[in-house]
Amino acid sequence: MVILPTQLEALVGALRDRGYLVVGPTVRDGAIVYDELERGEDLPTGWTDSQDGGTYRLERRDDEARFGYAVGPHSWKSLLFPPRIRLWQARRGENGSLEVEEEPVDGPPLAFFGARSCELHAIAIQDRIFVGGRVVDRDYALRRENVFVVAVNCFEPGGTCFCVSMGTGPKVEFGYDLVLTELLDGEHRLLLEVGSEKGAEIVEELSTRVADQGDLDAAERAVDAARGKMGRHMEASDLHELLARNLEHPRWDDVAERCLTCGNCTLVCPTCFCSSVEEVTDLEGAHAERWREWDSCFTIDHSHIHGGAVRPSGRSRYRQWMTHKLGTWHDQFGTSGCVGCGRCITWCPVAIDITEEVAAIRSTEEGGDARA
Amino acid sequence: MRGLETVLADVPLLEGMDAGRLELLAGCASNVRFEPGEVLFREGDEANTFYVVRSGTIALETFVPARGGMTIETIDAGEVVGWSWLFPPYRWHFDARAVAQVRATAIDGACLRGKCDDDPALGYDLMRRFAQVMIERLQWTRLRLLDVYGRGDG
Amino acid sequence: MAVATAEPLVPPGPMVPRSFVVRERARDTSDTWTLTLEALEGGSPSIGPGQFVMVYVFGIGEVPISVSGPPSRPGPVVLTVRAVGAVTEAICATEPGGMLGLRGPLGTTWPIAESRGADVVVVAGGIGLAPLRPVVLHALAHRPAFGEVVVLYGARTPGDLLYPAQLAEWSADVIVDAAEIGWHGKVGVVPRLIPDAAFDAATAVAFVCGPEIMMRFAIEALLERGLTPDRIHVSLERNMRCGLGHCGHCQLGPTLICRDGPVYPYDVARPWLEVREL
Repeated sequence: MVILPTQLEALVGALRDRGYLVVGPTVRDGAIVYDELERGEDLPTGWTDSQDGGTYRLERRDDEARFGYAVGPHSWKSLLFPPRIRLWQARRGENGSLEVEEEPVDGPPLAFFGARSCELHAIAIQDRIFVGGRVVDRDYALRRENVFVVAVNCFEPGGTCFCVSMGTGPKVEFGYDLVLTELLDGEHRLLLEVGSEKGAEIVEELSTRVADQGDLDAAERAVDAARGKMGRHMEASDLHELLARNLEHPRWDDVAERCLTCGNCTLVCPTCFCSSVEEVTDLEGAHAERWREWDSCFTIDHSHIHGGAVRPSGRSRYRQWMTHKLGTWHDQFGTSGCVGCGRCITWCPVAIDITEEVAAIRSTEEGGDARA
Repeated sequence: MRGLETVLADVPLLEGMDAGRLELLAGCASNVRFEPGEVLFREGDEANTFYVVRSGTIALETFVPARGGMTIETIDAGEVVGWSWLFPPYRWHFDARAVAQVRATAIDGACLRGKCDDDPALGYDLMRRFAQVMIERLQWTRLRLLDVYGRGDG
Repeated sequence: MAVATAEPLVPPGPMVPRSFVVRERARDTSDTWTLTLEALEGGSPSIGPGQFVMVYVFGIGEVPISVSGPPSRPGPVVLTVRAVGAVTEAICATEPGGMLGLRGPLGTTWPIAESRGADVVVVAGGIGLAPLRPVVLHALAHRPAFGEVVVLYGARTPGDLLYPAQLAEWSADVIVDAAEIGWHGKVGVVPRLIPDAAFDAATAVAFVCGPEIMMRFAIEALLERGLTPDRIHVSLERNMRCGLGHCGHCQLGPTLICRDGPVYPYDVARPWLEVREL
């Protein structure tokens, strides 16, 4: 079916009426970030982003597109895997035993408004880690259930996007309750497809019309066009083996000279999941808390054992991040860790480009094929 | 003497040595036995023998004033004790004491030195083999110096 | 009539420690203690040889400790702990009656039960004997199922040797880096015990644990003896925070040590150990 852009207001309203906390893209501090949407008007209407290595700028469009941009520095991981949470509080019982009270997760259910295909793949990747293994992460599981997803098919990919290379987009294939494809040819409208019963139920509150062949064709053209507008490309079929056999490649020394080990890439990456635990206590030692917070493999502390770090050099830490993301993630979790969203390229202060690094290793591999 | 050749042929130190040279060595060799606690040699004594341990353990010791004898290394079956016979002033640098009962083959170094002077090829062969023993001991000593069981930074 | 319904009991999440009370505390060396703990409520867990637990000291922190007690049957948890930092010092200072928090058991086990019929060679250095003690105990408890049971153990000095009474019971071959006055045993490094140890290299299975450098040289000596890499098992260690495969800290190349280890066959672990700063 088809809706007019003004119906997005009704959709946000309908979600809020059902008690959802609606989170979606909005302009703030010169970027398009994810924040609470109170109204459809909060969407970045008529905005686009210009992204490249170490560069992000917002620019005005000459239309009123609601979703005419790629992804910003935020990802949905801040909501499912928050940067800092308390896991539990404890006090000593009478006999010294631990009386532990786990932190309740009782906020309103979340609605992700405007999730892209790459982001849905990223969520699926984190699902595998936190709820798909032998041990289920309690906090993630509680936040994850009941999330309502309004997905969006990209028609305006960014300068650092390479979802096509990673097989993660631009078309949304799974994980959505509703998916929208914005159409700007002629009448400004959105194709709306339903992906679940929850989605079907909420659509009844919207004013819709049946989609005709022209609408369907326009949607297909928009997605096809997006496929052809990727800002970056990465040959991804053999990354696991390529990286496994190039752990001592001189390119790592080259990257090490540029990398600041600032960890920005790990902060903006939608799949990075490293965390640390912090024990907190009051002065009397009667009350203790355990907190979980985001960590990054770029810190020296990350690999600390026996009085030293296993990875003291910047070289080894960049190598760890990249070979994990593209290579050993397969061994650990059965998929790639990268969804081709390009955030690490855009938000790196020195514009290190993961696709460029892979290409450099591949093309200068000794004894390997001379592939471009 | 035939029996000793067979014994020597099995010693790791002399692995692959040709039969002629083994016979020569056997000619300078004899079987010895030390009871537990018995001293083989003392620091400063003339060093004219080396021992191939066939069973038991020998402790190399040094005397520390006000503390007594300290074991610095122990040598087990299949290993060799003594290379001071190869280099002037041909004197032992440590004490050696049998820890358990030791059966060994003692080879007369003074006699061998003469034979090496006559036949430098024999000398080269022996020197090469002993150099290997020394390198191995050095590697193990370096490993001990690394203090791998230490606390790190605590 | 209203029927009172109890709320369904939800088991605590995997990041919540269970209370364990210290029953016994014994000093092993100048910086190592062995504690025996019992669950305050509920049954004691069955812990496989080589597994570890996350030990929590109220308000101070949590560290992974290998279990060194009797293997594979429910019972008191025995931990040999070396005091090297704030948390381990606090653990070692906990008197009988005191409480510690435990999570686990976690990790993979030494494949001792799968090594029936073979000679068992245990090669340990320093505190590395603690996670291997369950292997020796298992082999001795099922004596007819195994061939020779050979224990090769080294520490820095005689005063640093763990479990001296048991070492004698096991007829362990013991060596120290540096002797003390009155020490009449062997002096040297653990790998030197391997060339002459009494086991059949064609079929023996070796279990190795200690500082990584010591393991490296010991494995070299075992390979020289004729053991194949798949018959050598090692216990590896990396920084650990959650112990559940969720925090990303214990990665070593393609493996998560808390989930896929800490015990690995050497033919699997070898490529990871050969890359510096991996």
